[in-house]
Amino acid sequence: MKLPFQHIQAAHCENGVTTSLLRTIGVDRITEPLAFGMGSGLFFVYVPFLKVNNGPAFAYRTMPGLVFKRTCRALSIPVHRKKFRSKQKAQSVLDQCLDAGHVVGCQVGVYYLPYFPKEYRFHFNAHNLIVYGREGDRYLVSDPIMEQPTSLSSYELERVRFARGVLAPRGQLYYPGAPARPVTDDQIRKGIRNGISRNVRDMLHIPGPIAGVSGIRYTGGKIKKWRDSLGQKQAGLYLAQLVRMQEEIGTGGGGFRYIYAAFLQEAYAYHSDEALPRLSAVFTRSGDLWRDAAVQAAGIYKGRIGSQEDFNRMGDYLIEIAELEKQAFKQLSKIKWRP
Amino acid sequence: MKKEAVPQDQGALGKITKEVCYATDAEGNYTTQLSEGWDVKTSALDVAWQDISERVAAAKEKVLKKEASPILYFMELKLMDIKVVAAYTGFWKWQISRHLRPAVFQKLSDRRLQRYAEVFEVPVSDLKSMIQE
Repeated sequence: MKLPFQHIQAAHCENGVTTSLLRTIGVDRITEPLAFGMGSGLFFVYVPFLKVNNGPAFAYRTMPGLVFKRTCRALSIPVHRKKFRSKQKAQSVLDQCLDAGHVVGCQVGVYYLPYFPKEYRFHFNAHNLIVYGREGDRYLVSDPIMEQPTSLSSYELERVRFARGVLAPRGQLYYPGAPARPVTDDQIRKGIRNGISRNVRDMLHIPGPIAGVSGIRYTGGKIKKWRDSLGQKQAGLYLAQLVRMQEEIGTGGGGFRYIYAAFLQEAYAYHSDEALPRLSAVFTRSGDLWRDAAVQAAGIYKGRIGSQEDFNRMGDYLIEIAELEKQAFKQLSKIKWRP
Repeated sequence: MKKEAVPQDQGALGKITKEVCYATDAEGNYTTQLSEGWDVKTSALDVAWQDISERVAAAKEKVLKKEASPILYFMELKLMDIKVVAAYTGFWKWQISRHLRPAVFQKLSDRRLQRYAEVFEVPVSDLKSMIQE
């Protein structure tokens, strides 16, 4: 059995899943950047006391699941979401959903995901994919980061759905219900407005030094001390982790700035405020800076450079980014929205 | 980032799929562009795997010197930490710390070893002798 479904490749898994799932219920105007912006996806947090893969824990996005949830809510689309204790139950509910004609999204861990290259298979549990059918023992899978749809055996799917550890998916599946009425421009307009103001809150107003733009500045300050406090080698590993969290599939930090810039550009079609394209350019600049920072970090972890001055420059990149994004979000918060 | 500036360096993922990147065209409008990979990312991944292989080697050394049980070796090999092992096996973290001691490991029942063996995807005999093909 195969449900009608069009595979779309996306820059980020949850955006892609959100966009694709909405298309299955006939909402085809939500592009990846719109979903990301309405879901207030942009974020930064550095949790210094938490270790991931023996390195520091960074996140460049909101908690998994929120982009989908918020986008659907903005469009008044009901969300069905289930977690399971029992693996049998998880599979039978998945089958029932497919039989009922729902294309479903699943949160999975990537460590056991067979079609991923080995190099990418870490214990990372916040990946999302779509199941859109079943043929014999194989589930038809659309993974938004892949160019082509693929498939998983029921055992393989069960394993990735029941990956354990931080953010364990516990078989989680979700799909949008039928919208009560067709999506209107007004809803999208309002969703954009709310998405932006929520993102302003997340980036500017979370207390404490580790989240939002202050988190970026804080990380910049920390990096300058890494050379002395951790030693050259460990500091290189930490920077490599920063870059991996920043640029890799499923996370993407620099890339997120570009998506956000694209979102602001698209938002201009719904709100003709001149600040939007201007700020879009600022986020493009921020994305470029993140990439420059990654190149600098690569110089350090490859061992090409490594003096204290190089670490200072690395830290300064982040401090510059923090200031840039702070100003950008401040201006976003000042936009006078017309109804 | 300009569309033409999207890096096209062959990376590990590039063999299997290209990645979507958002970039601007000549008029400054956003569009998507496929990327083969970026060597900055590839080298970050290399650094991480280099570190893992060093940790695995160090763990092996420790096991051979009887400073740790083979669980440490397999844990590093499978990129796990005690938290992840605890989540998969159902043991408490303090139990696993104990099982990491060779003397305690020797006395573990086959049933308990089996739980580790399943998570590490090896037969119990290999778990005991630290063989991994």
